[in-house]
Amino acid sequence: MSLELLGITVLWIFLFGYVIVASIDFGAGFFSMYSDISGRKDMIHTIIQRYLSPVWEITNVFLVFFFVGIVGFFPKTAFYYGTALLIPGSISIILLAIRGSYYAFGTYGMKNNRILTFLYGMTGVFIPASLSTVLIISEGGFISVKGKHVKLHLLELLTSPFAWSVVLLAIVSVLFISASFLTWYSSKANDYKAGALLRKYTLAWSLPSVLSALVVVLSMKTHNPEHFENMIQYSWMLILSILFFFIAVFFFYRKKHYGAAFLSVVLQYALAFFAYGTSHYPYLLYPYLTVQAGFTNETMAKSLVIVFILGLLLLVPSFLLVLKLFVFDKNYIQGK
Amino acid sequence: MFENNMAMYSRYLTELTLAFHIIFATIGVGVPLMIALAHWIGLRKKDPHFLLLARRWSRGFVITVAVGVVTGTAIGLQLSLLWPNFMELAGQVIALPLFMETFAFFFEAIFLGIYLYTWNRFKNPYYHFGLLIPVIIGSSMSAVFITIVNAFMNAPQGFELKNGVITNIQPLVAMFNPATPTKVAHVLSSAYMTSAFVLASIAAFHLLKGSKHVYHKKAFHLTMIAALIFSVTTALVGDLSGKYLGKYQPEKLAAAEWHFETDDKAPLVLFGVLNEEQEVKNALKIPYALSILVGAKPSAEVIGLNEYPEDERPPLYVHYLFDLMVTIGIFLAGLAFLYAALIQWKQKFAYNKWFLRLSVISGGLALIAIEIGWIFAEVGRQPWILRGYMKTIEGATTSAHVDILLAAFGFLYAALGAGSIIILRKMFKTNTAEAELKELGL
Ligand code: HDD
Ligand code: HEM
Ligand code: HEM
Repeated sequence: MSLELLGITVLWIFLFGYVIVASIDFGAGFFSMYSDISGRKDMIHTIIQRYLSPVWEITNVFLVFFFVGIVGFFPKTAFYYGTALLIPGSISIILLAIRGSYYAFGTYGMKNNRILTFLYGMTGVFIPASLSTVLIISEGGFISVKGKHVKLHLLELLTSPFAWSVVLLAIVSVLFISASFLTWYSSKANDYKAGALLRKYTLAWSLPSVLSALVVVLSMKTHNPEHFENMIQYSWMLILSILFFFIAVFFFYRKKHYGAAFLSVVLQYALAFFAYGTSHYPYLLYPYLTVQAGFTNETMAKSLVIVFILGLLLLVPSFLLVLKLFVFDKNYIQGK
Repeated sequence: MFENNMAMYSRYLTELTLAFHIIFATIGVGVPLMIALAHWIGLRKKDPHFLLLARRWSRGFVITVAVGVVTGTAIGLQLSLLWPNFMELAGQVIALPLFMETFAFFFEAIFLGIYLYTWNRFKNPYYHFGLLIPVIIGSSMSAVFITIVNAFMNAPQGFELKNGVITNIQPLVAMFNPATPTKVAHVLSSAYMTSAFVLASIAAFHLLKGSKHVYHKKAFHLTMIAALIFSVTTALVGDLSGKYLGKYQPEKLAAAEWHFETDDKAPLVLFGVLNEEQEVKNALKIPYALSILVGAKPSAEVIGLNEYPEDERPPLYVHYLFDLMVTIGIFLAGLAFLYAALIQWKQKFAYNKWFLRLSVISGGLALIAIEIGWIFAEVGRQPWILRGYMKTIEGATTSAHVDILLAAFGFLYAALGAGSIIILRKMFKTNTAEAELKELGL
């Protein structure tokens, strides 16, 4: 495997990790707000607090890792995306800040501040929307480059059906992934009331998630036919993805094997995400920047890879410890 | 013209975010060490006061960390958003420590999460204490790595630049540039020092308010002794930083010292003003001191600012920043030393009203020193963003709207700052140490 392929693969895997853990976090925030407004606060609120409070910082580092890594391996992305994404990127920063301050302030004293809870819940849908602009822009058509000037065509972005279909997919997926994880988590906590409610949410968001994915694929056909053609070559992955979707829904519907069901959801998204990523290759930004052209020098790439491997040796055991203590520890989950 | 404007706003926005982040980052680097000290003493001496101290500090720490993470994410993204040209160029050489930093964050975040939520969950309390060690390593290493990036901007090396193309890249040489040793040491020691003083301020505040509880006295003692050690270290390393500047960035030191003509037997200029002819008036001059600072002997030659073309000289106001930082540093070291002396020989004077008043403001002073220290270091590098290679204007973004963002982020930080203060006050007011001690039966 060439170094640039290795680099982008590693980053793509981490981005997928972020998509999953962040979806759980964002969706949970939204459900928490929703249950607050509809007067069912206590049912799922405690579950959400117990899972999210210890891990939100870790979730955030996934994002930091991705954007530092991509600029490290592909410094030219800083030039193209950095210039183009000033506005959408800054909006994401502000939304992330609001979210972070809920965790900072919400746990102490301001827990019942409705405005903060509302803002927190809404960031759960707005952050995925604003972050997904990166993927939208990467399809090309929204940026023009003249010499050292990169320009984002905001109006075209805001009126593009393709763009909105991706935003829709992002939001729906967040809610689906999150609900399915929390259903499993509350069943482990023996919190049947919350579990039943979350199961309903899971089923409610299941069909919209595949439908919106289909809409994205179809609108890609007109927006970026080249990418669409490439993706068709990986249709086996997409078909497998849909298969896992059905397995997941089946388990949730029959109220059994929630663990396996959530795993199927992860696999469903993994397959779709990698079908999308593989067919996007070699472009980092259609049609201006490829993985090869944007790559850093070989010395830097090698040292980054070495650091990455050493880093993993440090992180993987630590991460397993977190899972052991907070996700797989029955006593903790049940609040004992 | 338009581009220059955006470069200006990019500078303001970077300054704003960094100035805000650095407060929380400094606390984030130093406080885990202080928590560990208290926790360790508590375990060793089986002293519940120190254990409670560790616990209460860590509760406050959660809030500052969260704001640190939020603002750190902001500055991390803004580096690419506001300085795309700089990051594209420098990224090829200095991406390595930035990448290492994310691992340090990961490491810190993971173990901090575990530490905070596992009080009383382990049978052996030393296991719980052990969780702090990766937190300290993670936060201190993140400061080390980011400071290395900053050192590289001051003393770039490890590459060749020909016609805008970078070749012969050596990431490790870039990392271990001449600025790295003093910069890293000074940033770390000043972060530990500042955290110690901030926590000492809190204890002094309670003592000043009339609390006679031994809990606050213990807190005051621990933090003041730590502050003494770290402030002396900071001053010593600060001296080495001056020597570094004299050798590798003489224009920064010359601007800080208003030293215009290259000269031996140069005096150290303290405060004063400049008149129209650029003559120094009303300043305190310590003969030979600048030569001694730079070359360790009174006859050492010190390069003056006039050796540099006019458009490559940093603004002269950095002189005041430098003087103020040094004054605060010496004052705080003196304060901590006085405490140590009083507690040895005249115990009751250590709780004298005036002494406590000075101690209450020590944390704020240390934070001011951190801020102006950074402004001195960064403004003193101007007009360069990458000294000798790229000017700040060339590094900035070319896209419009930075001015609107400046306003938006201004609001955001104002809200975050106000929120932190309100919450921290509320937390310690509604659940006072005295009440908590009573609950524990102490
Ligand atoms: C509590 C904070 C604090 C205190 C009391 C001091 N410093 Fe400092 N100083 C810093 C906090 C700081 C800093 C914020 O950490 C800086 C900014 C950039 C850097 O590398 O460290 C800094 C920079 C800095 C530099 C510039 C280094 C460079 O640009 O590469 C010099 C020469 C000194 N300091 C010297 C001193 C001296 C002689 C002090 C005497 C007591 C002193 N500092 C006290
Ligand atoms: C250009 C300058 C800087 C950048 C780009 C930067 C970047 C970041 C980022 C991205 C985070 C969030 C990490 C997370 O998600 O957990 C963060 C947090 C942090 N930063 Fe900064 N940082 C800068 C300056 C500094 C400096 C100078 C220090 C130390 C003196 C520092 C120390 C920390 C610490 C300790 C944290 C963890 C949060 C906490 O414990 O409070 N940073 N920084
Ligand atoms: C790593 C990449 C960094 C970049 C690209 C960067 C860039 C800049 C630029 C362009 C400015 C504006 C200078 C001016 O006033 O004209 C600035 C200011 C500043 N930087 Fe850095 N810097 C970096 C690292 C750091 C670090 C690690 C710190 C430590 C916290 C820091 C602290 C500051 C501060 C406090 C200012 C404000 C100075 C002022 O008020 O002008 N910087 N930075």
